[in-house]
This record gives sequence, structure tokens and C-alpha cells, in this order.
Amino acid sequence: MSATAAKAELAVQAAQAAAVSRGYWAGVWKRLRRDPMAIGCAAVLLVMLAVILLAPWIAPYDPTQGSMMRRLRPMGTPGYPLGTDELGRDMVTRLIYGGRLSWFMGIVPVALAFVVGGTLGVLAGYAGGRLNMLIMRTTDVFYAFPSVLLAVAISGALGAGITNAILSLTLVFVPPIIRVAETVTTGVRNLDFVDAARASGASAFTVVRVHVLGNVLGPIFVYATSLISVCMILASGLSFLGLGTRPPDAEWGLMLNTLRTAIYSQPWVAVLPGVCIFVTSICFNLLSDGLRQAMDVKA
Amino acid sequence: MFFYLLRRLLYSVPIALAVGFVCFMLVQIAPGEPINAIVPPDAPADLVEQVRREYGLDKPLPVQFGIWLSKVVQGDLGRSLATGRPVWDDLHSAIGNTLRLAVAASLLGFVLGCVLGGLAGTFRGSLLDRAAVTVAVAGVSVPHYWLGMVLVVIFSVQLNWLPAMGAGPGGSSDWAWTWEHFQFLILPAVTLSVIPMGIVTRTVRGIVAEIMNQEFVTALRGKGLTSWNIFLHVVKNAAPNALSVIGLQLGYLMGGSILVETVFSWPGTGLLLNSAIFQRDLPVLQGTILVLALFFVALNLLVDLIQTTLDPRIKRA
Repeated sequence: MSATAAKAELAVQAAQAAAVSRGYWAGVWKRLRRDPMAIGCAAVLLVMLAVILLAPWIAPYDPTQGSMMRRLRPMGTPGYPLGTDELGRDMVTRLIYGGRLSWFMGIVPVALAFVVGGTLGVLAGYAGGRLNMLIMRTTDVFYAFPSVLLAVAISGALGAGITNAILSLTLVFVPPIIRVAETVTTGVRNLDFVDAARASGASAFTVVRVHVLGNVLGPIFVYATSLISVCMILASGLSFLGLGTRPPDAEWGLMLNTLRTAIYSQPWVAVLPGVCIFVTSICFNLLSDGLRQAMDVKA
Repeated sequence: MFFYLLRRLLYSVPIALAVGFVCFMLVQIAPGEPINAIVPPDAPADLVEQVRREYGLDKPLPVQFGIWLSKVVQGDLGRSLATGRPVWDDLHSAIGNTLRLAVAASLLGFVLGCVLGGLAGTFRGSLLDRAAVTVAVAGVSVPHYWLGMVLVVIFSVQLNWLPAMGAGPGGSSDWAWTWEHFQFLILPAVTLSVIPMGIVTRTVRGIVAEIMNQEFVTALRGKGLTSWNIFLHVVKNAAPNALSVIGLQLGYLMGGSILVETVFSWPGTGLLLNSAIFQRDLPVLQGTILVLALFFVALNLLVDLIQTTLDPRIKRA
């Protein structure tokens, strides 16, 4: 076989590989589309996202404007379909605006942890040796804390506030993502095509960027999406304890906290923010499950 | 196996030390001078200076850690800023209450999870399976502190069947095996049990489904064993893994009960933590978290050791 023929052969292979990789995502989408549960959840989440993004145009009232004259009205009050809260603010408005912070605090820590934990995990998995030891043993220490306790400990020490809550939640989710990233990277690192790439002179950076990342990002991403639901519950939990957002900001967990005093007078209004957290969290969980199956990632 | 056990035992020592270090650092990362976390802000200057020397806060950080550690090892977790009493005094009764709640919740979650997960794994793809999976997903997705509120609304406010808060009649927290005491445990325990219930259901379903697919089950069936006997074989194979999951869940519940304890005013470590956060009582925060995390480390170790002795397939020497 002449050199040009070999080159042509390689080009064909590369083209095929590209087609396959496009085919992979098309396949994922095709499988996901056939999963009614996942699609339903994605639709619910999209609608929610649209509503909270368009809050200033959709919400009927001002989220911080209350009135002592109309405190704790029941559901179905004319003009206030879901009632009013303990300061007389419209519940529909508060729930719409509350979603903004709840979503923000559910997604941002996971996204940050995905970047930090993914980087450290891939680094540990690919480099191996001492670096792996250092990163993984440090991870073990954080595994010695139950996640809720770690979040409460760090937020409790730093004090209340959104930034501190996000910081502590990120710290909670970095170790598990490191573990997953390290495991899949170690698995990929020893495969033949990585050896082949290294043998043909590719730099470590190129090998990781081209050959490793493409194979590990999927599983890490799927795992990270499964954490969004946990993060949202934890973030609302921190606010519920008075550690996350502070009044008068609207956030579902904080609303549950301030409405707790009302469970004897207006119980069904008081539990509404929790319904929002529950629905969002269950949709993220089911969507993540669907994604895991569609991408054929082993749990 | 002996060497594995020994190595595992020795490995918990650096972990426990590192956990101590993280707890030590909690006071350091707190805004303000660490000294303010030990003495009340209105203390006279010479007292502040005296405490500073006593706690070694004028020394470098590693030395401070050493001093702190030697005190902790002797059982001295410091004094509460709010009450002035030793942290341990309030902590040890709180731990008992939290343990009672966590054990009740994990037992409940474990039994429900095993039944649901076992059925779902055995009859995979059936309507029962789908129902069990739905319950499991709901269990891990529900904000449990909210579930607690809903249960209070239904069973305390509307039906008036069960008490809404506290751990015993008349605000006492002593335990006795009577209905008067038991009824206080029901709502918090049910609330807290939904998380382990969901997780155990998922895990057991996976384990059972995997075992049912193995050849030895087909062989047993071919041998003519009754389904009850096959079931016993499956249980024997599933037990070690299921046990390790429930062990860890108990630990998570010990640390994670703070929200549920807040909802039900359950006088455990969670409520202690909550008031410590509210009053910025850092010694209490630090001591409680240290004890809970060390408990978790010990539990992890215990689960690993039990699993190794139970499961002859594990020969990690």
C-alpha cells in the first residue's frame, strides 16, 4: 500500500469516526425522544424556566410589596388565586420570583463543582501516581462528612448569604464529582487508542483534550445532572435554616421557613413553596435518569 | 483478610485526624477573629488576653491545632458562648435523641426499601416495579423538611391525631416504651425515613435484578427449588451490599436530621446546631459537627468490617 493510499484510508476512517460521533448524539436524542417521562419532565422544566425568566412581565404584583390589610388570605381569594403570605404579599408573584433564586442556587453550585471536580478528577485519573493519591485522599476526608452536615457546617461558619451558601454547596459536590471523573478517566486511560495516541507522539494535553475528554465528559455530565435535584433541596434547606437567602428576597426554601408560623391558620398556602421544590426536583431527577439511559451510561 | 481489616482500621486514623482539622478550620474561616468565637464580644480586654494565651491563639496555626486536638482528645470541646456550659454537656443528651430518631427512621426506611426494592427487582418491568420506582424517585426528590410540614398539617392540625413538635409529653425528652412517648417519634421518623427508603429501594432493586439474572438462580430453579428457597439464596447474596447501604444511610441521617429536627423541634443535635447557627455559637457548632462526623467515620469503618466478614467474596488483602 502506498503512502497516499494509507493517507486516504486514514481520512476515510476519520470521516467515519466523525459520522459516528454525530450519530451518537443523534442516537441519544432519538432514544431520549422516545422516553415520554423524560420528555414530559423536560417540558415542565422548560415552562418553569420560561416563567421565572419572564417573571417581571408575568407576575401580577411586586414580590416585595405587601400589605398588613390582606395577610394570609386563603387560596381562591379574588385577585390572589394562591392566597397571600404572612406579610400580605401575593403568593403567585412570590412563587414565580422565588423560582429564580431556587433555580440559581440549585444549578450554579453543581455547574461550578462540575468544572472544578471534573478537572481535578480527570487530572487525578490521567496523571495517576502521587497526584492521584493527593487528590483522592483529600476527597476521602470530605466523604467523611454527610453532605447535609458539610453544607450546614461551612455555611454556618461563614454566615448567612447567597454567596456563602453557593460556596459551601459547591464544596459539597466537588468530591463526589472528582470520584466519578477519576473512575471513568482511569478506565479510559488504559484503553488501546489512548496508548496509540501517546505512542504516535501526541502531547499529554492533546491526548486528554481529544481522546480522553470526549469519552469521560458524558458520564461526568450525566452524574452532575443527577446532583441538581439534591442541590436544589439542600439549597432550599439552607435557606429554610436561615443560612441561604435572606428576607425579603423570595426563595422557595426561605418562603417555607417564614410561612411555618402560618401552618395553623393557612396550612395549604404555607406548604405551596415546597410543592414547587418537589416538582422541580422530581423533574430534574427523572430527566437525569432518562439522560443516563439514553446516553447508555452505567450507574 | 486480616491484613485488609488491619489496614482499613489504620486508614481511619488519618481520616479522623483530617476530619478534626476541617472542624478546627471551621472557626478559622468564620468571619472575624477566632478569639471572638470563644469569648463573648462584651468581655473585658484582660480576660480576652488571658483566654488568647490559654487557647494558644497567639501561636502559629499548626501549634493551635495541636493544642485544640489535645483538648478534644481529652473530651474538652470548649464552652458554649450562649450558655457558658461545656459543649459536651448539651451534646451528649442531644446525640441520644438524634440517634433514637435516626435509628427509627433508618429501620423504617430499610424495611420499606427492601420490600419495595425486592419486589421491584424480582418482577422487573411489571406494574409493581414501575410503582416502586416512582415511589423511590419521589422519596429522593421530596424536600423532607417540607414533607414534615405537610404531615404536621394533616395529622396534627387537621386530624389532631399526633403531636406536632417535641420529643415527649410535657416537653421532656426522656424516652420510655409507652404510647405517650412513641407518638412523638412517629411523624419525625416517617419524615426522615423517605430518603433512605428511596435510596434503599433503588439499590436493592438493582442488586436483586442483577442476582436474578445470574446463572445460579436458573440452576436453582432447574433443580426444582421452591420460589421461597430461591428467595433465601437471593437474600443471602444481596445482604452484604444492602447492609452497607443501610449503614451509610444511618450515618447520613445522623448528620442530615437537622432540617427535620428543626421542623419538629426535636431536641437532638440538629436543633442544637440550628440554635448554634442562629446565635453564632461557634464552639457548639464545631463540637457538634466534629462528633457527628467522627460518628460517621466510625460507622463507615464498622460497615466495611462487617461487610468483609460477611461476604467471603471480598478478599481485598
